[in-house]
Amino acid sequence: MIKRCAGPVFEEVWHAQLFAVTVHLNEGGHFKWQDWVANFGEMLQARGLNHSQNGGHDYFVAWLDALENFLSQKGIAQLNDLRDLRIAWQDAYLSTPHGDPIIVE
Amino acid sequence: MPHDDLNQAHAHSVLPSDAELRVNALETLLIRKGLIDSEALDAIIDIYENKIGPKNGARVVAKAWSDPVFKARLLEDATATVAELGFYGRQGEHIVSLENTDSIHNLVVCTLCSCYPWPLLGIPPGWYKSDAYRARAVREPRKVLAEFGVVLENGEDVRVWDSTAEIRYLVIPKRPPGTEGWSEDALTEIVTRDSMIGTAILPVSE
Repeated sequence: MIKRCAGPVFEEVWHAQLFAVTVHLNEGGHFKWQDWVANFGEMLQARGLNHSQNGGHDYFVAWLDALENFLSQKGIAQLNDLRDLRIAWQDAYLSTPHGDPIIVE
Repeated sequence: MPHDDLNQAHAHSVLPSDAELRVNALETLLIRKGLIDSEALDAIIDIYENKIGPKNGARVVAKAWSDPVFKARLLEDATATVAELGFYGRQGEHIVSLENTDSIHNLVVCTLCSCYPWPLLGIPPGWYKSDAYRARAVREPRKVLAEFGVVLENGEDVRVWDSTAEIRYLVIPKRPPGTEGWSEDALTEIVTRDSMIGTAILPVSE
C-alpha cells in the first residue's frame, strides 16, 4: 500500500535547507537542473534496489548523498572539506553552553 | 564541581542527526565560498512553505472549467497560459495540461525522482516521492488508483504520464456535478491537490 498522510511541506528543517541550497546553486548557474535530476535519479534507483524508499526521510538522505557527490564531481565542494566541517559543527554542538548560539564561521 | 564538569553539564547534550550536521557543513562551506547566502535560502524556503501551493493549480482548473476559451488555450499551451496568471518560474518551464473526460483518466508520476509543477502545486507530498508510487503507478495504475479510493465508474482508459526535468503535467479533473453556476472562487475551493495529480476524483457537490 502507498502510505499517505498529510503533513507539512517539509517534515524537518534540514529537508528545507537542503532543498533551498540545491535550488539556490542551480539558480546561481552552477549546474543545470537536468544534470542534477539525472544524478539524483541514479542515487534513488540504487537505493531502491536495497529497500523501498518511503519518500520521506530516506528520500532526503539520498538527496544529500547525491548532492555531496555531485558538487564534489563538479569541483564545487570537496568531500574532505565537508567532512571537516561536519566535525566542526559536531564539536560546536558539544562544546557550546546551552542557551548560547552554536556557530561555525 | 570542577569547571570542566560544569561546562559539560550545560553543553548542548542532544546532538543533531548526522544528516543535519552534514547539511550545516554544506551550507557553511558554500557560504564561505560565496556561492550561496543565507538570506536567499530563507527566501526560497519561505516561498515554498507559505506562498506556493496547490491553490495556484486550483485557480487554473477553476478558470478552465468556467471559461472555454481559457481551457482551449490551456490545453494548447499550458506554460504560456498559466504564466498569464502569474504562475511561472522554477520547475514550471514546460507545463502540459491533461484533461480528464468520461473516457480518459490521467495519472501523473515521476519514475526517476519527483519532477512536479512547483509553480502550480508547490512541493510534492511524500507519497509522490516514494518508491511504491513511482514504480507502481506505471506498472499497475488501476490498483494504485483503487488504493487512493478512485473508482472509475465509466471504465475510463487510464493514461499514465511520466514527468521529467523538462516536462511537468497538470491534470484538469472532471468538474463535479452540482457545481453549475458556481463562481471561480467557489470552484477553486473544491479542487484538491490529488485531483490535479490524478489520484483523486472530485465528489459530487451538494
